[in-house]
Amino acid sequence: MKAVVVTNLSKVYGKEKTRAVHDVSFSVEKGELFGLIGPDGAGKTSIFRMLTTLLLPDNGTATVDGFDVVKDYRQIRNTVGYMPGKFSLYQDLTVEENLNFFASVFGTSIQENYHLIKDIYIQLEKFKDRRAGKLSGGMKQKLALCCALIHKPTVLFLDEPTTGVDPVSRKEFWEMLKRLKTEGITIVVSTPYMDEASMCDRIALIQMGKIMSIDTPENIVAAYPVPLYAVKADNMFLLLKNLGAYEKTIYSYAYGEYAHASFRNVSDEAEPVKFLNESGLREIEIYQTTPTIEDCFIKLLKN
Amino acid sequence: MKQFIIFLRKEFAHVLRDRKTLLILFGMPITQILIFGFALTNEVKNSKIVVVDNAKDVASHKIISRIEASRYFEIEEAMLNANQIEESFQQGLIRMAVVFPANFNHDLVHQNKGQVQIIADASDPNTATTLTNYVSAIIQDYQAEMDKVNAIPYRIEPQVRMLYNPQLKGVHNFVPGVIALVLMLVCVMMTAVSIVREKETGTMEILLVSPFKPMMVMISKAIPYLILSLINVTSILLLSVFVLKVPVNGSILLLFAESTLFIITCLTLGIFISVKTNSQQVAMLISLMGMMLPTILFSGFMFPIENMPKALQIFSNIVPSKWFYIIVKSIMIKGVGFSEIWKETVILIGMTIFLLGLSLKNFKIRLA
Repeated sequence: MKAVVVTNLSKVYGKEKTRAVHDVSFSVEKGELFGLIGPDGAGKTSIFRMLTTLLLPDNGTATVDGFDVVKDYRQIRNTVGYMPGKFSLYQDLTVEENLNFFASVFGTSIQENYHLIKDIYIQLEKFKDRRAGKLSGGMKQKLALCCALIHKPTVLFLDEPTTGVDPVSRKEFWEMLKRLKTEGITIVVSTPYMDEASMCDRIALIQMGKIMSIDTPENIVAAYPVPLYAVKADNMFLLLKNLGAYEKTIYSYAYGEYAHASFRNVSDEAEPVKFLNESGLREIEIYQTTPTIEDCFIKLLKN
Repeated sequence: MKQFIIFLRKEFAHVLRDRKTLLILFGMPITQILIFGFALTNEVKNSKIVVVDNAKDVASHKIISRIEASRYFEIEEAMLNANQIEESFQQGLIRMAVVFPANFNHDLVHQNKGQVQIIADASDPNTATTLTNYVSAIIQDYQAEMDKVNAIPYRIEPQVRMLYNPQLKGVHNFVPGVIALVLMLVCVMMTAVSIVREKETGTMEILLVSPFKPMMVMISKAIPYLILSLINVTSILLLSVFVLKVPVNGSILLLFAESTLFIITCLTLGIFISVKTNSQQVAMLISLMGMMLPTILFSGFMFPIENMPKALQIFSNIVPSKWFYIIVKSIMIKGVGFSEIWKETVILIGMTIFLLGLSLKNFKIRLA
């Protein structure tokens, strides 16, 4: 049995009938680390809220652990762990009190499932008498994860757990998720950071409430159809402008200090370099690069 | 049960750690009872009046000295003409003028009829009526004494007795009213923001994805405020008895039992507001506007309900504080037992059960 099955799920908001989620289908295997990757407003939170029984879908069905999100919401609430995108613990309770509270609500205790949170909680232990509202961003997220984990959930839903967290803490956070996976917990995570996608077993790229592609990060990257070049020159603005004007360009866009571009009917980089040189650009640097998830995402968007 | 205890502990932590709110909770009742008790009385004490004695004879002197002896008046004798009296009223220097005509005693003795003019500032009609009544009483008193000397055989003398509050003390009325008002404000407002706060801060989102029971959340939110409010009732009663000198004529135990009931009614009302609203501000506004005004207007401690239009009289029945005000007044001032107030008690219990059921039914188990 699959951990999460989503079939043709749709959600519409308000009088303007804003489509937050449109005909989304995917499934998550037991013990899988599944990522929903997409920018803000793509519909990630709405999907999470429907899966955690907080919102009723307007169309389609979804099951978590075989339980229907509408009919069997009580069972789902008993077994899943949920960490909303916004920090939602009790700010005026201490670290330990928060953890203790959520353990007791689920009828368990910190001791019982301590092994699950040990690695994370060890870093929090020295702040255990501090109020949750006074923790740093990274610490807050770690505490929220502990609270979502303390009842040993079968499926863990993490809505943008690394948003607003520094790069080092983000990396740590993903390491923790990998370790949790070894405990057999299914994890569904969403993130707007494309670079985090490679940490997932499988990802769904989502935009405007629609899923554009679902596969392993490797397969998504491998499916990139044309060679991709990284280009640099003395004037970035002119470079982008000229790349856009070049008749053989398929896509071109800024990517960090480089411009990424792909060309049609081009055997090697000599031809584009010639064009750019003629356009008056100097110090041109160009090489073929491996596409990232972000490149794949942009390609999907431009299609 | 373990779950309930952890919820309760959490709620106590929320309440006790919010020092500012706690200060308001305990400070408000004390200030209110003192303000209402001392400043907002409709008693007439030390009212400035002017006496214009054109007669300067035995009778006028006797009456003046009687007025002087009463603690209600601060008296000033002056020879003012009609215009000057008018001016004094307009400047707000005096609230009443008593004018004796020349030959007052002469008229009284020879024509068996003397006239005294009493002019009162009726821009405040209650005070004016009270003042003129006082003076008329003093004059009649004197007249009665004169009659004794004259030995007229039959005379009807109305004996007015003010029941329960013989000195017509305002605080007697205000204390039960303030207890109702304070409890209403504290209990409704505090619980009204309690659940909606969890919605606003997002903690409700996590809480919903857990096997919690709405009933448990509601009760655990109410209990800390129940205890705080009982402390408030105690402090109000202590202040009333020792500072404002309002006696508790009935059973203290019964008073506390009824207060507990009313507190629970208010708490469920607050919870209902909290369940129905989506922001703390709205909840606060509703509990302030929707509770404070009806409590002041319709509980009967400021404005007599009997004088209101029929529609408002009927409306006043759904204001819980009206019933509680009747109960407190009966116990504290009339000193009656439970047998006299069971009807009001049943009404409050009914309201509580109704509101609790309504809140449970309206508790949102999902977002939006």
